[in-house]
Amino acid sequence: MTDHRDTLDVEAIRRDFPILSRTVGEHPLVYLDSAATSQKPDQVIDAEADFYRHHNANAHRGIHMLGEEATEAYEGARATVARFLGAPSPDTIVFTRGVTESLNLVAQGWGRKFLGEGDEILLTEMEHHSNIVPWQMTADVTGATLRYIPLTDDGLLDLSGLGSLLTERTKVVGVTGMSNALGTITPLRQLADAAHAMDAMIVVDGAQLAPHLPIDVQALDVDLLGFTGHKMLGPTASGGLYGKAEILDAMDPMFGGGEMIHEVFPDHSTYKPAPFKFEGGTMPLAQQVGLAAAIDYLEALGMDNVRAHEEEITRYALDRLLDAGATIFGPKDVSIRGGAVSFWFKDVHPHDLATILNEQGVAIRAGHHCAQLVMRRFGVPATARASFYVYNTPGEVDALIDALDRAQAIFS
Amino acid sequence: MALDDIYKEVILDHYKSPRNKRELPGAELQCHANNPLCGDEITVFAHLDGDTVEAVTFQGAGCSISQSSASMMTEAVTGVPVSDALKLAADFRGMMAGDVDPSEDEFGDLVALKGVVQYPIRIKCAVLAWDVLQDALDGSGNASGTQPHTVG
Repeated sequence: MTDHRDTLDVEAIRRDFPILSRTVGEHPLVYLDSAATSQKPDQVIDAEADFYRHHNANAHRGIHMLGEEATEAYEGARATVARFLGAPSPDTIVFTRGVTESLNLVAQGWGRKFLGEGDEILLTEMEHHSNIVPWQMTADVTGATLRYIPLTDDGLLDLSGLGSLLTERTKVVGVTGMSNALGTITPLRQLADAAHAMDAMIVVDGAQLAPHLPIDVQALDVDLLGFTGHKMLGPTASGGLYGKAEILDAMDPMFGGGEMIHEVFPDHSTYKPAPFKFEGGTMPLAQQVGLAAAIDYLEALGMDNVRAHEEEITRYALDRLLDAGATIFGPKDVSIRGGAVSFWFKDVHPHDLATILNEQGVAIRAGHHCAQLVMRRFGVPATARASFYVYNTPGEVDALIDALDRAQAIFS
Repeated sequence: MALDDIYKEVILDHYKSPRNKRELPGAELQCHANNPLCGDEITVFAHLDGDTVEAVTFQGAGCSISQSSASMMTEAVTGVPVSDALKLAADFRGMMAGDVDPSEDEFGDLVALKGVVQYPIRIKCAVLAWDVLQDALDGSGNASGTQPHTVG
Protein backbone atom coordinates (compact mmCIF):
# COMPACT_ATOMS: atom_id res chain seq x y z
CA MET A 1 0.00 0.00 0.00
CA THR A 2 1.07 3.54 -0.60
CA ASP A 3 3.02 4.87 2.33
CA HIS A 4 2.04 8.39 3.39
CA ARG A 5 3.50 8.08 6.85
CA ASP A 6 5.49 11.32 6.95
CA THR A 7 3.18 13.87 5.36
CA LEU A 8 -0.16 13.83 3.59
CA ASP A 9 0.85 13.59 -0.05
CA VAL A 10 -2.56 14.41 -1.48
CA GLU A 11 -1.60 13.82 -5.11
CA ALA A 12 -0.39 10.32 -4.24
CA ILE A 13 -3.53 9.69 -2.19
CA ARG A 14 -5.73 10.76 -5.09
CA ARG A 15 -4.16 8.12 -7.31
CA ASP A 16 -5.51 5.48 -4.91
CA PHE A 17 -9.12 6.61 -5.51
CA PRO A 18 -10.24 5.57 -9.00
CA ILE A 19 -13.50 7.53 -8.86
CA LEU A 20 -11.65 10.82 -8.51
CA SER A 21 -10.58 10.60 -12.15
CA ARG A 22 -14.20 10.81 -13.32
CA THR A 23 -15.47 13.88 -15.09
CA VAL A 24 -18.82 15.66 -14.92
CA GLY A 25 -19.48 16.70 -18.50
CA GLU A 26 -16.27 18.47 -19.47
CA HIS A 27 -15.28 19.25 -15.87
CA PRO A 28 -13.15 17.14 -13.55
CA LEU A 29 -15.14 15.80 -10.62
CA VAL A 30 -14.66 17.92 -7.50
CA TYR A 31 -16.08 15.76 -4.73
CA LEU A 32 -16.92 17.88 -1.69
CA ASP A 33 -19.51 15.62 -0.09
CA SER A 34 -17.43 13.30 2.06
CA ALA A 35 -19.50 14.06 5.16
CA ALA A 36 -22.33 12.22 3.40
CA THR A 37 -20.10 9.38 2.27
CA SER A 38 -16.41 9.19 1.53
CA GLN A 39 -14.89 7.75 -1.61
CA LYS A 40 -13.02 4.44 -1.46
CA PRO A 41 -9.37 3.72 -2.26
CA ASP A 42 -8.31 0.71 -4.33
CA GLN A 43 -7.00 -0.87 -1.13
CA VAL A 44 -10.56 -1.03 0.29
CA ILE A 45 -12.22 -2.06 -2.97
CA ASP A 46 -9.57 -4.77 -3.41
CA ALA A 47 -9.91 -6.04 0.16
CA GLU A 48 -13.66 -6.46 -0.25
CA ALA A 49 -13.25 -8.14 -3.64
CA ASP A 50 -10.44 -10.33 -2.30
CA PHE A 51 -12.72 -11.60 0.47
CA TYR A 52 -15.34 -12.62 -2.07
CA ARG A 53 -12.80 -14.05 -4.51
CA HIS A 54 -10.75 -16.09 -2.08
CA HIS A 55 -12.19 -16.36 1.44
CA ASN A 56 -15.98 -16.15 1.23
CA ALA A 57 -17.91 -18.35 3.65
CA ASN A 58 -20.15 -17.61 6.60
CA ALA A 59 -18.20 -16.62 9.70
CA HIS A 60 -18.44 -18.56 12.98
CA ARG A 61 -20.31 -21.43 11.32
CA GLY A 62 -18.42 -23.47 8.78
CA ILE A 63 -16.09 -26.25 9.99
CA HIS A 64 -14.05 -25.98 6.86
CA MET A 65 -11.13 -24.04 5.51
CA LEU A 66 -13.06 -21.12 4.01
CA GLY A 67 -15.24 -20.84 7.10
CA GLU A 68 -12.14 -20.49 9.23
CA GLU A 69 -10.59 -17.96 6.87
CA ALA A 70 -13.78 -15.90 6.81
CA THR A 71 -13.99 -15.98 10.60
CA GLU A 72 -10.37 -14.99 10.89
CA ALA A 73 -10.80 -12.06 8.49
CA TYR A 74 -13.97 -10.87 10.24
CA GLU A 75 -12.57 -11.15 13.74
CA GLY A 76 -9.32 -9.63 12.52
CA ALA A 77 -11.37 -6.63 11.38
CA ARG A 78 -12.86 -6.38 14.87
CA ALA A 79 -9.38 -6.28 16.39
CA THR A 80 -8.35 -3.57 13.91
CA VAL A 81 -11.36 -1.44 14.86
CA ALA A 82 -10.64 -1.92 18.56
CA ARG A 83 -7.06 -0.76 18.10
CA PHE A 84 -8.15 2.24 16.00
CA LEU A 85 -10.57 3.44 18.68
CA GLY A 86 -8.27 2.73 21.62
CA ALA A 87 -10.73 0.15 22.95
CA PRO A 88 -9.44 -2.25 25.63
CA SER A 89 -10.40 -5.41 23.72
CA PRO A 90 -12.09 -6.58 20.51
CA ASP A 91 -14.99 -7.87 22.62
CA THR A 92 -16.01 -4.26 23.25
CA ILE A 93 -16.68 -3.75 19.52
CA VAL A 94 -20.10 -4.72 18.15
CA PHE A 95 -20.32 -4.72 14.38
CA THR A 96 -23.35 -2.91 12.95
CA ARG A 97 -24.27 -1.38 9.60
CA GLY A 98 -23.25 2.02 10.92
CA VAL A 99 -24.10 4.67 13.46
CA THR A 100 -27.85 4.61 12.85
CA GLU A 101 -28.02 0.95 13.74
CA SER A 102 -25.59 1.44 16.64
CA LEU A 103 -27.66 4.20 18.22
CA ASN A 104 -30.92 2.31 17.69
CA LEU A 105 -29.28 -0.67 19.38
CA VAL A 106 -28.41 1.48 22.40
CA ALA A 107 -31.80 3.23 22.54
CA GLN A 108 -33.61 -0.12 22.37
CA GLY A 109 -31.23 -2.59 23.97
CA TRP A 110 -30.27 -0.32 26.84
CA GLY A 111 -32.92 2.41 26.85
CA ARG A 112 -36.02 0.22 26.79
CA LYS A 113 -34.57 -1.97 29.51
CA PHE A 114 -33.35 0.66 31.92
CA LEU A 115 -35.39 3.86 31.35
CA GLY A 116 -38.76 4.68 32.89
CA GLU A 117 -41.10 7.48 33.96
CA GLY A 118 -39.22 10.41 35.45
CA ASP A 119 -35.94 9.53 33.75
CA GLU A 120 -34.42 12.02 31.35
CA ILE A 121 -32.48 11.61 28.11
CA LEU A 122 -30.24 14.62 27.48
CA LEU A 123 -29.39 15.28 23.83
CA THR A 124 -28.09 18.36 22.03
CA GLU A 125 -29.68 20.56 19.39
CA MET A 126 -26.87 19.70 16.97
CA GLU A 127 -27.65 15.99 16.86
CA HIS A 128 -28.20 14.16 13.60
CA HIS A 129 -31.67 12.65 13.43
CA SER A 130 -30.11 9.24 14.09
CA ASN A 131 -29.28 10.39 17.63
CA ILE A 132 -32.74 11.91 18.19
CA VAL A 133 -35.38 9.68 16.63
CA PRO A 134 -34.28 6.39 18.28
CA TRP A 135 -34.48 8.15 21.67
CA GLN A 136 -37.93 9.57 20.86
CA MET A 137 -39.09 6.05 20.04
CA THR A 138 -37.64 4.81 23.34
CA ALA A 139 -39.19 7.74 25.25
CA ASP A 140 -42.57 6.83 23.73
CA VAL A 141 -42.32 3.31 25.11
CA THR A 142 -40.71 4.02 28.48
CA GLY A 143 -42.22 7.36 29.49
CA ALA A 144 -38.76 8.94 29.77
CA THR A 145 -38.40 12.63 28.85
CA LEU A 146 -36.13 14.24 26.24
CA ARG A 147 -34.14 17.39 26.99
CA TYR A 148 -31.71 19.27 24.80
CA ILE A 149 -28.50 21.24 25.31
CA PRO A 150 -28.97 24.43 23.22
CA LEU A 151 -26.48 25.99 20.81
CA THR A 152 -24.69 29.32 20.81
CA ASP A 153 -24.87 31.63 17.80
CA ASP A 154 -21.43 30.31 16.79
CA GLY A 155 -22.78 26.77 16.63
CA LEU A 156 -21.12 25.54 19.82
CA LEU A 157 -22.87 23.69 22.62
CA ASP A 158 -24.16 26.25 25.12
CA LEU A 159 -23.06 24.62 28.35
CA SER A 160 -23.93 27.62 30.54
CA GLY A 161 -27.17 25.96 31.67
CA LEU A 162 -25.76 22.46 31.90
CA GLY A 163 -26.26 22.36 35.67
CA SER A 164 -30.04 22.53 35.31
CA LEU A 165 -30.17 20.22 32.28
CA LEU A 166 -27.90 17.46 33.55
CA THR A 167 -29.31 16.34 36.90
CA GLU A 168 -29.87 13.19 38.92
CA ARG A 169 -32.89 12.55 36.68
CA THR A 170 -30.60 12.30 33.65
CA LYS A 171 -29.83 8.67 32.84
CA VAL A 172 -28.13 9.09 29.49
CA VAL A 173 -26.40 11.90 27.59
CA GLY A 174 -26.38 11.50 23.81
CA VAL A 175 -24.00 13.75 21.90
CA THR A 176 -22.22 13.90 18.59
CA GLY A 177 -18.44 14.07 18.59
CA MET A 178 -18.47 16.31 15.52
CA SER A 179 -21.56 17.94 14.03
CA ASN A 180 -22.30 16.93 10.44
CA ALA A 181 -24.26 20.15 9.91
CA LEU A 182 -21.99 22.69 11.65
CA GLY A 183 -18.61 21.00 11.83
CA THR A 184 -18.41 21.67 15.57
CA ILE A 185 -16.18 19.39 17.66
CA THR A 186 -17.76 18.83 21.08
CA PRO A 187 -15.87 18.60 24.42
CA LEU A 188 -16.46 14.88 24.95
CA ARG A 189 -14.24 14.37 28.00
CA GLN A 190 -15.87 17.32 29.77
CA LEU A 191 -19.34 15.99 28.97
CA ALA A 192 -18.37 12.45 29.99
CA ASP A 193 -17.14 13.71 33.37
CA ALA A 194 -20.29 15.80 33.85
CA ALA A 195 -22.51 12.84 32.94
CA HIS A 196 -20.64 10.42 35.18
CA ALA A 197 -20.85 12.88 38.09
CA MET A 198 -24.64 12.40 37.84
CA ASP A 199 -24.32 8.62 37.35
CA ALA A 200 -25.53 9.09 33.78
CA MET A 201 -24.15 7.22 30.79
CA ILE A 202 -22.72 9.05 27.75
CA VAL A 203 -23.27 7.71 24.24
CA VAL A 204 -21.44 9.34 21.35
CA ASP A 205 -22.41 9.62 17.69
CA GLY A 206 -18.95 9.21 16.17
CA ALA A 207 -20.03 9.24 12.52
CA GLN A 208 -18.06 12.39 11.70
CA LEU A 209 -15.49 12.13 14.50
CA ALA A 210 -14.02 8.72 13.68
CA PRO A 211 -13.04 9.54 10.07
CA HIS A 212 -11.33 12.80 10.93
CA LEU A 213 -9.72 12.78 14.39
CA PRO A 214 -7.60 10.37 16.40
CA ILE A 215 -9.93 8.72 18.94
CA ASP A 216 -9.12 7.06 22.25
CA VAL A 217 -12.39 5.93 23.81
CA GLN A 218 -10.67 5.12 27.10
CA ALA A 219 -9.00 8.54 27.39
CA LEU A 220 -12.33 10.19 26.51
CA ASP A 221 -14.04 7.90 29.06
CA VAL A 222 -17.17 7.64 26.90
CA ASP A 223 -19.45 4.70 27.63
CA LEU A 224 -20.64 3.97 24.11
CA LEU A 225 -19.56 5.29 20.70
CA GLY A 226 -21.07 4.45 17.34
CA PHE A 227 -19.20 4.84 14.07
CA THR A 228 -19.89 4.43 10.36
CA GLY A 229 -17.46 2.77 7.99
CA HIS A 230 -18.59 4.35 4.74
CA LYS A 231 -17.69 7.84 5.95
CA MET A 232 -14.12 6.74 6.71
CA LEU A 233 -13.13 5.24 3.34
CA GLY A 234 -14.86 1.92 4.11
CA PRO A 235 -17.75 0.11 2.42
CA THR A 236 -21.42 0.87 3.03
CA ALA A 237 -23.01 -1.33 5.71
CA SER A 238 -19.76 -1.39 7.69
CA GLY A 239 -19.39 0.18 11.11
CA GLY A 240 -20.05 -0.59 14.70
CA LEU A 241 -20.51 0.30 18.33
CA TYR A 242 -17.87 0.49 21.00
CA GLY A 243 -19.20 -0.08 24.51
CA LYS A 244 -17.76 -0.55 27.95
CA ALA A 245 -17.94 -4.26 28.73
CA GLU A 246 -20.31 -3.98 31.68
CA ILE A 247 -22.76 -1.89 29.64
CA LEU A 248 -22.72 -4.26 26.66
CA ASP A 249 -23.23 -7.15 29.07
CA ALA A 250 -26.29 -5.47 30.58
CA MET A 251 -27.86 -4.51 27.25
CA ASP A 252 -30.48 -6.63 25.50
CA PRO A 253 -30.00 -7.65 21.88
CA MET A 254 -32.13 -5.93 19.24
CA PHE A 255 -32.19 -8.67 16.62
CA GLY A 256 -33.00 -12.21 17.64
CA GLY A 257 -31.95 -14.94 15.25
CA GLY A 258 -29.19 -17.18 14.11
CA GLU A 259 -25.71 -17.13 15.61
CA MET A 260 -26.56 -14.71 18.47
CA ILE A 261 -27.93 -17.47 20.73
CA HIS A 262 -26.34 -19.91 23.10
CA GLU A 263 -29.28 -22.31 23.45
CA VAL A 264 -32.86 -22.19 22.15
CA PHE A 265 -35.84 -23.80 23.90
CA PRO A 266 -39.52 -23.65 22.94
CA ASP A 267 -40.29 -20.86 25.42
CA HIS A 268 -36.99 -19.01 25.82
CA SER A 269 -33.40 -18.76 24.65
CA THR A 270 -30.06 -17.91 26.16
CA TYR A 271 -27.72 -15.54 24.40
CA LYS A 272 -24.05 -15.53 23.60
CA PRO A 273 -21.92 -12.97 25.43
CA ALA A 274 -21.27 -9.53 23.88
CA PRO A 275 -20.49 -8.67 21.19
CA PHE A 276 -21.95 -11.79 19.54
CA LYS A 277 -25.41 -11.54 21.11
CA PHE A 278 -25.90 -8.31 19.12
CA GLU A 279 -24.92 -9.83 15.77
CA GLY A 280 -27.93 -11.93 14.79
CA GLY A 281 -28.05 -13.27 11.25
CA THR A 282 -25.28 -13.15 8.69
CA MET A 283 -23.35 -9.93 9.09
CA PRO A 284 -21.83 -7.79 6.29
CA LEU A 285 -18.58 -9.74 6.43
CA ALA A 286 -16.82 -8.49 3.31
CA GLN A 287 -17.80 -4.94 4.27
CA GLN A 288 -16.27 -5.12 7.75
CA VAL A 289 -13.15 -6.64 6.22
CA GLY A 290 -13.13 -3.67 3.83
CA LEU A 291 -13.49 -1.35 6.82
CA ALA A 292 -10.35 -2.88 8.35
CA ALA A 293 -8.51 -2.09 5.09
CA ALA A 294 -9.82 1.49 5.32
CA ILE A 295 -8.50 1.77 8.88
CA ASP A 296 -5.14 0.37 7.77
CA TYR A 297 -5.10 3.04 5.08
CA LEU A 298 -5.93 5.85 7.52
CA GLU A 299 -3.40 4.60 10.07
CA ALA A 300 -0.71 4.51 7.39
CA LEU A 301 -1.51 8.16 6.65
CA GLY A 302 -1.53 8.86 10.37
CA MET A 303 -4.68 10.27 11.97
CA ASP A 304 -2.72 13.29 13.20
CA ASN A 305 -1.76 14.01 9.60
CA VAL A 306 -5.35 13.46 8.48
CA ARG A 307 -6.47 16.01 11.05
CA ALA A 308 -3.71 18.49 10.13
CA HIS A 309 -4.67 18.32 6.46
CA GLU A 310 -8.31 18.85 7.34
CA GLU A 311 -7.54 21.93 9.44
CA GLU A 312 -5.47 23.37 6.63
CA ILE A 313 -8.01 22.88 3.84
CA THR A 314 -10.93 23.92 6.04
CA ARG A 315 -9.16 27.14 6.98
CA TYR A 316 -8.57 27.88 3.29
CA ALA A 317 -12.19 27.07 2.41
CA LEU A 318 -13.58 29.26 5.20
CA ASP A 319 -11.37 32.17 4.16
CA ARG A 320 -12.36 31.92 0.51
CA LEU A 321 -16.08 31.42 1.19
CA LEU A 322 -16.19 34.41 3.54
CA ASP A 323 -14.30 36.51 0.97
CA ALA A 324 -16.85 35.47 -1.65
CA GLY A 325 -19.67 36.75 0.55
CA ALA A 326 -20.97 33.45 1.91
CA THR A 327 -22.56 33.15 5.35
CA ILE A 328 -21.01 30.34 7.40
CA PHE A 329 -23.01 28.33 9.95
CA GLY A 330 -20.82 26.93 12.71
CA PRO A 331 -17.51 27.90 14.27
CA LYS A 332 -14.87 29.66 12.16
CA ASP A 333 -11.98 28.58 14.37
CA VAL A 334 -10.60 25.46 12.67
CA SER A 335 -9.12 24.15 15.93
CA ILE A 336 -12.65 23.40 17.19
CA ARG A 337 -14.29 22.27 14.00
CA GLY A 338 -14.04 19.64 11.29
CA GLY A 339 -14.20 19.86 7.54
CA ALA A 340 -17.98 19.98 7.02
CA VAL A 341 -18.70 23.61 6.12
CA SER A 342 -22.34 24.71 5.99
CA PHE A 343 -23.09 27.96 4.24
CA TRP A 344 -25.51 30.17 2.32
CA PHE A 345 -24.23 32.00 -0.71
CA LYS A 346 -25.99 35.34 -1.26
CA ASP A 347 -29.70 34.62 -1.68
CA VAL A 348 -29.27 31.49 -3.76
CA HIS A 349 -31.25 28.60 -2.31
CA PRO A 350 -28.93 25.67 -1.50
CA HIS A 351 -30.82 23.37 -3.86
CA ASP A 352 -30.35 25.76 -6.74
CA LEU A 353 -26.74 26.24 -5.74
CA ALA A 354 -26.07 22.49 -5.73
CA THR A 355 -27.58 22.11 -9.21
CA ILE A 356 -25.50 24.96 -10.59
CA LEU A 357 -22.28 23.76 -8.93
CA ASN A 358 -22.86 20.26 -10.30
CA GLU A 359 -22.80 21.70 -13.80
CA GLN A 360 -19.24 22.85 -13.01
CA GLY A 361 -18.35 19.38 -11.70
CA VAL A 362 -18.54 20.40 -8.03
CA ALA A 363 -20.48 17.98 -5.81
CA ILE A 364 -21.81 19.48 -2.58
CA ARG A 365 -24.73 18.59 -0.34
CA ALA A 366 -27.80 20.78 -0.09
CA GLY A 367 -30.56 20.24 2.43
CA HIS A 368 -31.11 19.97 6.15
CA HIS A 369 -28.40 17.32 6.57
CA CYS A 370 -30.69 15.24 8.79
CA ALA A 371 -30.32 17.96 11.41
CA GLN A 372 -33.60 19.85 11.36
CA LEU A 373 -33.10 21.13 14.91
CA VAL A 374 -29.95 22.89 13.72
CA MET A 375 -31.79 24.38 10.73
CA ARG A 376 -34.55 25.74 13.01
CA ARG A 377 -32.00 27.09 15.47
CA PHE A 378 -30.42 29.16 12.72
CA GLY A 379 -33.69 30.01 10.97
CA VAL A 380 -32.94 28.43 7.60
CA PRO A 381 -34.78 25.64 5.76
CA ALA A 382 -31.56 24.18 4.42
CA THR A 383 -27.90 24.96 3.90
CA ALA A 384 -25.30 24.19 1.28
CA ARG A 385 -22.49 22.05 2.67
CA ALA A 386 -19.02 21.47 1.32
CA SER A 387 -17.09 18.80 3.19
CA PHE A 388 -13.47 17.79 2.85
CA TYR A 389 -11.37 14.72 3.34
CA VAL A 390 -7.88 13.35 2.78
CA TYR A 391 -8.08 13.57 -1.02
CA ASN A 392 -9.26 17.17 -1.36
CA THR A 393 -6.95 19.92 -2.57
CA PRO A 394 -6.89 23.71 -2.29
CA GLY A 395 -7.41 23.71 -6.06
CA GLU A 396 -10.79 22.06 -5.47
CA VAL A 397 -11.72 24.82 -3.05
CA ASP A 398 -10.85 27.25 -5.85
CA ALA A 399 -13.14 25.30 -8.21
CA LEU A 400 -15.95 25.66 -5.67
CA ILE A 401 -15.45 29.41 -5.43
CA ASP A 402 -15.29 29.78 -9.22
CA ALA A 403 -18.54 27.83 -9.54
CA LEU A 404 -20.22 30.19 -7.08
CA ASP A 405 -19.66 33.00 -9.56
CA ARG A 406 -21.88 31.19 -12.05
CA ALA A 407 -24.65 30.93 -9.46
CA GLN A 408 -24.36 34.62 -8.77
CA ALA A 409 -24.59 35.41 -12.47
CA ILE A 410 -27.82 33.41 -12.83
CA PHE A 411 -29.55 34.75 -9.74
CA SER A 412 -28.36 38.35 -9.62
CA MET B 1 -25.42 24.71 -21.54
CA ALA B 2 -27.86 22.52 -19.65
CA LEU B 3 -28.27 25.12 -16.91
CA ASP B 4 -30.11 27.31 -19.41
CA ASP B 5 -32.71 24.55 -19.71
CA ILE B 6 -33.56 24.70 -16.04
CA TYR B 7 -32.91 28.32 -15.08
CA LYS B 8 -34.99 29.92 -17.81
CA GLU B 9 -35.83 33.60 -17.55
CA VAL B 10 -39.51 32.92 -16.92
CA ILE B 11 -38.67 30.65 -13.99
CA LEU B 12 -36.34 33.20 -12.45
CA ASP B 13 -38.97 35.89 -12.99
CA HIS B 14 -41.64 33.92 -11.11
CA TYR B 15 -39.09 33.13 -8.38
CA LYS B 16 -38.03 36.72 -7.88
CA SER B 17 -41.53 38.18 -8.33
CA PRO B 18 -43.94 35.45 -7.29
CA ARG B 19 -47.59 35.90 -8.29
CA ASN B 20 -50.40 35.38 -5.79
CA LYS B 21 -48.01 34.75 -2.93
CA ARG B 22 -50.18 35.66 0.04
CA GLU B 23 -52.74 34.18 2.35
CA LEU B 24 -56.29 34.13 1.05
CA PRO B 25 -58.67 35.31 3.77
CA GLY B 26 -61.80 33.21 3.89
CA ALA B 27 -60.37 30.46 1.70
CA GLU B 28 -62.37 27.33 2.35
CA LEU B 29 -59.58 25.08 1.05
CA GLN B 30 -56.11 25.08 2.48
CA CYS B 31 -53.36 22.48 2.33
CA HIS B 32 -49.73 22.34 3.33
CA ALA B 33 -46.85 20.05 2.48
CA ASN B 34 -43.11 20.06 2.60
CA ASN B 35 -40.34 18.30 0.78
CA PRO B 36 -38.35 16.68 3.56
CA LEU B 37 -35.32 16.33 1.31
CA CYS B 38 -34.63 20.03 1.11
CA GLY B 39 -37.08 21.80 3.40
CA ASP B 40 -39.18 23.34 0.64
CA GLU B 41 -42.64 24.11 1.92
CA ILE B 42 -45.84 25.23 0.29
CA THR B 43 -49.29 26.12 1.59
CA VAL B 44 -52.01 26.51 -1.04
CA PHE B 45 -55.21 28.46 -0.37
CA ALA B 46 -58.18 28.11 -2.69
CA HIS B 47 -61.60 29.65 -2.90
CA LEU B 48 -64.23 27.94 -5.04
CA ASP B 49 -67.32 29.43 -6.64
CA GLY B 50 -69.45 26.42 -7.39
CA ASP B 51 -67.31 24.16 -9.55
CA THR B 52 -64.91 26.92 -10.53
CA VAL B 53 -61.58 27.76 -8.88
CA GLU B 54 -62.30 31.39 -8.10
CA ALA B 55 -58.97 32.24 -6.49
CA VAL B 56 -55.74 30.44 -5.60
CA THR B 57 -52.81 31.77 -3.60
CA PHE B 58 -49.78 30.23 -1.95
CA GLN B 59 -47.33 30.80 0.84
CA GLY B 60 -44.03 29.07 1.32
CA ALA B 61 -40.30 29.03 1.08
CA GLY B 62 -37.91 27.03 -0.98
CA CYS B 63 -35.81 26.79 -4.08
CA SER B 64 -36.47 28.58 -7.35
CA ILE B 65 -38.09 25.51 -8.90
CA SER B 66 -40.63 24.88 -6.13
CA GLN B 67 -41.53 28.52 -5.73
CA SER B 68 -41.76 29.39 -9.42
CA SER B 69 -43.85 26.28 -10.05
CA ALA B 70 -46.27 27.37 -7.31
CA SER B 71 -46.44 30.89 -8.70
CA MET B 72 -47.16 29.70 -12.25
CA MET B 73 -49.69 27.22 -10.95
CA THR B 74 -51.77 29.90 -9.25
CA GLU B 75 -52.00 31.79 -12.55
CA ALA B 76 -52.82 28.67 -14.54
CA VAL B 77 -55.70 27.43 -12.41
CA THR B 78 -57.42 30.67 -11.43
CA GLY B 79 -60.88 30.93 -12.99
CA VAL B 80 -60.96 27.43 -14.43
CA PRO B 81 -63.32 24.55 -13.55
CA VAL B 82 -62.07 22.28 -10.77
CA SER B 83 -62.02 19.35 -13.19
CA ASP B 84 -59.73 21.29 -15.57
CA ALA B 85 -57.44 22.25 -12.69
CA LEU B 86 -57.15 18.61 -11.65
CA LYS B 87 -56.49 17.58 -15.26
CA LEU B 88 -53.78 20.22 -15.52
CA ALA B 89 -52.21 18.91 -12.30
CA ALA B 90 -52.21 15.40 -13.76
CA ASP B 91 -50.76 16.65 -17.05
CA PHE B 92 -48.09 18.61 -15.20
CA ARG B 93 -47.04 15.50 -13.31
CA GLY B 94 -47.10 13.66 -16.64
CA MET B 95 -44.73 16.26 -18.11
CA MET B 96 -42.42 15.79 -15.12
CA ALA B 97 -42.51 12.03 -15.57
CA GLY B 98 -41.59 12.50 -19.22
CA ASP B 99 -44.93 11.01 -20.36
CA VAL B 100 -46.58 14.22 -21.60
CA ASP B 101 -44.96 16.66 -23.98
CA PRO B 102 -47.20 19.70 -23.86
CA SER B 103 -47.09 22.62 -26.22
CA GLU B 104 -46.70 26.18 -25.05
CA ASP B 105 -50.31 26.80 -26.18
CA GLU B 106 -51.66 24.35 -23.63
CA PHE B 107 -49.22 25.00 -20.82
CA GLY B 108 -48.20 28.63 -21.15
CA ASP B 109 -45.34 29.59 -18.83
CA LEU B 110 -45.45 26.16 -17.22
CA VAL B 111 -43.72 24.62 -20.21
CA ALA B 112 -40.57 26.38 -18.98
CA LEU B 113 -40.35 23.81 -16.17
CA LYS B 114 -39.93 20.98 -18.68
CA GLY B 115 -36.15 21.32 -18.40
CA VAL B 116 -36.35 20.11 -14.79
CA VAL B 117 -36.99 16.59 -16.14
CA GLN B 118 -33.24 16.44 -16.85
CA TYR B 119 -32.62 16.81 -13.10
CA PRO B 120 -34.54 13.89 -11.55
CA ILE B 121 -33.85 14.89 -7.96
CA ARG B 122 -35.40 18.32 -8.58
CA ILE B 123 -38.68 16.95 -10.00
CA LYS B 124 -40.08 16.74 -6.47
CA CYS B 125 -39.46 20.48 -6.12
CA ALA B 126 -41.49 21.19 -9.26
CA VAL B 127 -44.47 18.98 -8.39
CA LEU B 128 -44.76 19.94 -4.70
CA ALA B 129 -47.24 22.78 -5.24
CA TRP B 130 -49.32 20.65 -7.60
CA ASP B 131 -49.56 17.85 -5.06
CA VAL B 132 -50.79 20.34 -2.49
CA LEU B 133 -53.32 21.85 -4.93
CA GLN B 134 -54.66 18.44 -5.82
CA ASP B 135 -55.10 17.49 -2.18
CA ALA B 136 -56.77 20.82 -1.46
CA LEU B 137 -59.22 20.34 -4.33
CA ASP B 138 -59.78 16.69 -3.43
CA GLY B 139 -60.48 17.82 0.12
CA SER B 140 -58.23 15.10 1.48
CA GLY B 141 -56.75 17.57 3.90
CA ASN B 142 -53.09 16.66 3.67
CA ALA B 143 -50.77 16.38 0.74
CA SER B 144 -49.75 12.97 -0.48
CA GLY B 145 -47.25 11.10 1.57
CA THR B 146 -46.74 13.80 4.14
CA GLN B 147 -49.14 12.65 6.82
CA PRO B 148 -46.80 12.75 9.81
CA HIS B 149 -46.42 9.98 12.31
CA THR B 150 -45.70 11.59 15.64
CA VAL B 151 -43.21 10.10 18.02
CA GLY B 152 -41.74 11.49 21.22
